[in-house]
Amino acid sequence: MHFRDNIDYPPMLTRPTVFVPLLTAIFGGLWWFQAGNSAIGRLVLGMAPWAEGNPLNLLTAAFVTVLVGFNIFVVMRLPLRQQVWLVWGELAALILLFFYSFDLSFAFIQRKIGFLITQGLVTTLYISAVSIAIATVLALMGAVAKLSSNGIAQGIAHFYTSLFRGLPLLMQIYMIYLGLPQLGYVVDAVPTGIAALSLCYGAYMTEIFRAGIESIPKGQWEAARALGMRPTSVMTRIILPQSMRVIIPPTGNQFISMLKDSSLVSVVGVWELMYLARTQGQTEFRHIEMMVTASLIYWLMSIVLELAQKRIETHFNKAATR
Amino acid sequence: MTFAKAPAAETAAPTIEITGLNKWYGSLQVLHDINLTIAQGERLVICGPSGSGKSTLIRTINALEGFQNGQIKVAGITLNRDQQVVEDIRRKVGMVFQQFNLFPHLTVLENCALPLRLVRGLSAAEARDRAMHYLSKVRIPEQALKYPAQLSGGQQQRVAIARAVAMQPEVMLFDEPTSALDPEMVKEVLDVMVTLAEEGMTMAVVTHEMGFARQVADRVIFMDAGRIVEQGPPSTFFTAPKSERTKAFLQQVLH
Repeated sequence: MHFRDNIDYPPMLTRPTVFVPLLTAIFGGLWWFQAGNSAIGRLVLGMAPWAEGNPLNLLTAAFVTVLVGFNIFVVMRLPLRQQVWLVWGELAALILLFFYSFDLSFAFIQRKIGFLITQGLVTTLYISAVSIAIATVLALMGAVAKLSSNGIAQGIAHFYTSLFRGLPLLMQIYMIYLGLPQLGYVVDAVPTGIAALSLCYGAYMTEIFRAGIESIPKGQWEAARALGMRPTSVMTRIILPQSMRVIIPPTGNQFISMLKDSSLVSVVGVWELMYLARTQGQTEFRHIEMMVTASLIYWLMSIVLELAQKRIETHFNKAATR
Repeated sequence: MTFAKAPAAETAAPTIEITGLNKWYGSLQVLHDINLTIAQGERLVICGPSGSGKSTLIRTINALEGFQNGQIKVAGITLNRDQQVVEDIRRKVGMVFQQFNLFPHLTVLENCALPLRLVRGLSAAEARDRAMHYLSKVRIPEQALKYPAQLSGGQQQRVAIARAVAMQPEVMLFDEPTSALDPEMVKEVLDVMVTLAEEGMTMAVVTHEMGFARQVADRVIFMDAGRIVEQGPPSTFFTAPKSERTKAFLQQVLH
């Protein structure tokens, strides 16, 4: 908990006024939506072959409700950390079960996954990593320009954020890929993707960086300048390290979001993860297999980024949290 | 601590010379034709009601505040808006703020050592040694590796003093250094300032601590509504104030 008060609240889910209506709602909802027709319903039917129609719906609803109730009963008895991980794992298992219920051909996935990773994942990572690096530089320059007293720099920065936050990313990709050749510059697909992603995310991150820099109290500038430090040193040694605490969480968001938005680059024919997921399934009409595989790969990469963000946050918080 | 008061201040060369200083915020005039000379080694205390312009006045000396007309000379350099001139002056002027303004992401030691490396060009080892020396002088060397948030207000302000003094400035400006402190921490900060004064540092102190003024000041200035209303050595300033406004103010701060 971020703010720990000194009051012992009875945990929400141990109060009958909470768990009774909750379980009733689950039971009623499942019954209403005829849970008997679902995959779980078929499972229940296997255990109780005599049930059919409405009795099966009731039985399935009761089965799931008892399962949920028992699960809550068990989880509430664990320490906080284990609760978090257990619930996380259960939900992940449910999602995987959902995918599994598609009746996927694992042999097909096994055949294609190598190519999906060596070609698709590598291209996605390459495009995202280069774009993230360029976007960070653009954002830093944009933020400094916006906070400068140089009218030309401010004008450019304001126009830049307005344009590239204002146009759909897909449109920017088309503009660069199809528009620039009108000026005589033919741009390849991968550089197009990198340019569009960097420009677009640089514009969003400009605002994040600007807000982060502005969040540092004026007294920090005054103290550093009064000590005789040059403006550049004040920025790099005093202001930016402190604004990192504010900048990192939304920037992590942007990185995760960019990782997945890099799939838009597939429209100009870059062989990244999304493009391969769409095309590889086509030949044998195994679209779902490839979509599920690609989804899981995207998710895994996002989890890695989440963990990295957490580490960096902890690092920049160490002075504040003691 | 057996230092005598510095030799007669009037004879020493002026460290700061302010002539005909006027400053406006929009149409509001906050400094009215200020003329003030601070001699080398002089300890000046500036007091006055809030909004009287005393903080603004000392903040113009190191160009944290601008001004519209008048002249400020620090150690012979005439202050203008040129970057080199301003930075030269800031190297000669140390400042301590009401809110301490320590750098929260740096340890106490780094707070003192980083400016020494960046501004004075000291090596990392030299900067650390000098920083430790001054942290010892403010009597908190044992806190060197902590972060500012782990220190009490009084300790933080002493670090801020060490950080400024470690730059070896020619004059120190204090902008209400004890106003943000809990009462029991005021003394430890004032003690450090007294020691500094006894070592002959030129000081301009904006404060409501009249006890400090009595003990340390060579001269006390009373400001009201952007003007210097009255000034004199503490012996006459506190016992025989001339203006009615000074009398009224002193009645309120001296219980």
